[in-house]
Amino acid sequence: MIRRFWRRMAWIVPLACSACGETFQSALQPAGPHAASLARLIWSFTAICGVIWLLVMLVLLFALWRRHRPAEARHERRATAIIGAAVAATVLIITGLTLMSYAATRGLSDDAPDPVVIRVRGYQWWWEVTYADRRPERTFVTANEIHIPLHRPVRLELTAADVIHSFWVPNLAGKQDLIPGRNNTLTIVADAPGTYRAQCAEFCGLQHAHMALPVIAEDAAAFDTWRQAQLAEAPAPVTAEQAAGRDFFTAGPCSACHTVRGTSAAGRLGPDLTHVASRQTIAAGQLPTTRGSLAAWIADPQTIKPGNNMPLVPMTPDQLQSVSAWLASLR
Amino acid sequence: MSGSYLEQVVQPDTRDTDIPPRLLGPQLERIWGTPRGLWGFLTTVDHKRIGQRYIVTAFIFLAMGGVLALLMRLQLSGPERRFIDPDRYNQIFTMHGTNMMFLFAVPVMEAVAVYIVPLMVGTRNIAFPRLNAFSYWMFLIGGLVLWVGFALDMGPDVGWFAYVPLSGPQYGAGKRSDIWAQMITFTEIAALAVAVELVVTILKQRAPGMTLDRIPLFVWAMLVTAFAVICAMPAIMIASTSLILDRLVGTHFFNPSEGGDVLLWQHLFWFFGHPEVYIIFLPAVGMISSIIPTFARRPIVGYLPLVLALIATGILAFGLWVHHMFVTGLPRLGESFFTASSMAIAVPNGIQIFCWLATLVLGRPVLKTPMLFILAFFFTFVIGGLSGVMVASVPFDTQVHDTYFVVAHFHYVLIGGAVFPLMGAVYYWFPKITGRMMSERIGRWVVGLVVVGFNLTFFPMHILGLQGMPRRIYTYQPELGWGPLNLFVSLSGCILAAGFVLFFFDVVRSMRSGAPASDNPWQAATLEWATSSPPPSYNFSRIPVVTSANPLWDATILPATRGLRVERRELLVTTVVDAEPQARESSPSDSIWPFWAAVTTSVLLVSSIFTPWAVVWGAIPVTFALIGWFWPKSTPEDLA
Ligand code: HEC
Ligand SMILES: [Cu+2]
Repeated sequence: MIRRFWRRMAWIVPLACSACGETFQSALQPAGPHAASLARLIWSFTAICGVIWLLVMLVLLFALWRRHRPAEARHERRATAIIGAAVAATVLIITGLTLMSYAATRGLSDDAPDPVVIRVRGYQWWWEVTYADRRPERTFVTANEIHIPLHRPVRLELTAADVIHSFWVPNLAGKQDLIPGRNNTLTIVADAPGTYRAQCAEFCGLQHAHMALPVIAEDAAAFDTWRQAQLAEAPAPVTAEQAAGRDFFTAGPCSACHTVRGTSAAGRLGPDLTHVASRQTIAAGQLPTTRGSLAAWIADPQTIKPGNNMPLVPMTPDQLQSVSAWLASLR
Repeated sequence: MSGSYLEQVVQPDTRDTDIPPRLLGPQLERIWGTPRGLWGFLTTVDHKRIGQRYIVTAFIFLAMGGVLALLMRLQLSGPERRFIDPDRYNQIFTMHGTNMMFLFAVPVMEAVAVYIVPLMVGTRNIAFPRLNAFSYWMFLIGGLVLWVGFALDMGPDVGWFAYVPLSGPQYGAGKRSDIWAQMITFTEIAALAVAVELVVTILKQRAPGMTLDRIPLFVWAMLVTAFAVICAMPAIMIASTSLILDRLVGTHFFNPSEGGDVLLWQHLFWFFGHPEVYIIFLPAVGMISSIIPTFARRPIVGYLPLVLALIATGILAFGLWVHHMFVTGLPRLGESFFTASSMAIAVPNGIQIFCWLATLVLGRPVLKTPMLFILAFFFTFVIGGLSGVMVASVPFDTQVHDTYFVVAHFHYVLIGGAVFPLMGAVYYWFPKITGRMMSERIGRWVVGLVVVGFNLTFFPMHILGLQGMPRRIYTYQPELGWGPLNLFVSLSGCILAAGFVLFFFDVVRSMRSGAPASDNPWQAATLEWATSSPPPSYNFSRIPVVTSANPLWDATILPATRGLRVERRELLVTTVVDAEPQARESSPSDSIWPFWAAVTTSVLLVSSIFTPWAVVWGAIPVTFALIGWFWPKSTPEDLA
């Protein structure tokens, strides 16, 4: 019966490995120097520890294999010496691993010259992102998505508004907590263009599972274009429907929680929506941004992400249509 | 017949030498025995009865926690499953962790010690036996409070380490976190009580001649564990009490906007939480060190290094807590120090492994079920120890902290390192406790199923963690590609569960119809095997005298003391180092008061969740219970 079970299980193994192929959230597929050095560390530790495990198993097998032969006094003496040697070897290996660990830490130095500075503030269950600049007029706020230029160090300044969260984008770096009342920093560098997924790694309540954020690494030119576009205020409505949507948004409860620069909406309890349609996802990585998904979200946020902090705002189908048309135009 | 005769013969100050050896047993039974029925059940202070029910209760909690684990695996078996909503899921994983750590792992180890240690050191009852009874009732009620809360949808939902501010007054709504914090109080009281009893039993009640270097390693392990409990618990008591105060009366210990600090909680919690791991693991070390020599048919190799390794582990365990906080942004220097100290604990653990291996190599191992569990331990625990070395490295940890890698790591350590030896210990001591053997045939199946099931379930979690899967998420999106491996894990979990079901089946079956066991079925060397299986209420009709570290192997007939009184509960107190007889000491009789004390204390603790005034009014019944408990006896305590 057990054997039959195994035959049935056999198909799962290849499937499992197909999953090892292309992923955009994995510590084993580094896309930057920090993550690469961490991946090297992970593999070397794994190799060393694997050998140690094998050795222990070999000794165990040896013990079982020779179990019918009585031991003699000279064996006992030799055993003491071997135990001593094994302890010495343990100390050496441990020291070596510790030094490797220190070396890897030094490689991840935080004080790089001329970094891009991004302030990330964790909320239950979304991220507020502020691109800081020496000139205040070039500072802007966005949410739930980060763009970074390739090859340039990016310093993330991390804090939290409510409970503890943790910022983790495994393809680029290890994680760092966002703690209310404290400021942490984390430096990330990307070498390969692409979209990497960050996810909250410290349990933060009901929707901890849905607190992600795409990190988009692009070349310097694309990054500057993006940054310039984000600095602008929200585009003016083009169609009458969009205008109606804007009016509904600014007049109603939406504006109490959301900011759209260039309108009167200036709430701070929810994500900044000035360029919401330019972002890949909404609701902290849960849905791809389309007019349809915006409408679905606004119509019933509590079914899509149960327990999140956006209430269901009652509205007519027309209002829903117009407000989602307007938001979808905020590129 | 002998009863009435004894009543006439036995006057005050009758010694065991005054009555015929034939009648010694019946007389001691009259004095030490527990009456049948409910009254006896509620009043007994016999360490064996209490130990037994402690063990059974803890294993029931294990089974319940296991069911929760299966529910989680059901929910995670595929992306975006909707079997369990996030609110329930968060309660389930919190319950699972809390239950397994506080209601199973720590209590079960102490419970085995409550049963075995007095027998191993050759005494008649544990020290402070009424405290022991009280401890069990507190543990039971604490566990019930937690589970009733869960059944009423009031189960804690903030993780078993309940980080503030999530568990604080602002974000942890309702009474859920209060129930968690109060459950901590219950189990800590219970654990502390047992720790104190064990320390005193081990230091003052050893059989004459059991000098420090003849103490069985399990007893050594429990001594170190008990000290660790005594040193670690105050931190968590302070933490959980401050949390309750923050929640109940509006103090701001952990509120950053009022000058509190959220990291303070983590320091306090882990200052307790890390030693907690060793509070679970060290008893297992003791169990392994008992099982290996018995089945290797030779004395343990490296007794002294093993004792020193136990003590070193117990001390180092208090210098590692920060490795749970490597990503909270502590200063580099501090982190480097804790990397080094966390790595260093591998050395005493290495010594233990090497000594055990040497014992096996030099002995002639017999592969009975308890020994098979030890092999399972080696296979599994070494992986957990090595992944522990990995997470001790700060840079490594930043990638795996709070992911499934860590979930895999601590299950390898706790199940491989503690539960496998514990199951081996159950097979090993079951004949002593019940007088019946467990089945070798079923035992082999159990070992096979749990080892295979465990490794298939938890090994892939390492990979999932490195592939980016955080722990404590109730679901994940299909694009992340974690689905197939999670399905595999969930299916393997069923094999593991089958192993446990079979284990419980074997326990129940053997209890009713297992083959009768002799006094020393494994030909082991320590004192618990010198008495009958199961032991009589008084453990030994005469306290044995020990002349070597392996008394039953080295002496054909165990010498015994004489001169203890038999018309009251009396045991022998010996010196700490040399175990020289020092005094005869009376041992408390059965009493209902520990039960009432536990009930009244529980009422106080539970109602204090709802109003701080409960502490005031609740103290009154507690006072009455304690007065009853400590009411002076009508007969003077010590005549002789
Ligand atoms: C009580 C405050 C509140 C109100 C009122 C509110 N929202 Fe939100 N909204 C939030 C929060 C909080 C989030 C983040 C939810 C999450 O991802 O967990 C959010 C998210 C969103 C998002 C997704 C943003 C992103 O980048 O992920 C959109 C779009 C949105 N709201 C639109 C609206 C509209 C339209 C209205 C009015 C009908 C509205 N909100 C009313 C609090 C509010
Ligand atoms: Cu979070």
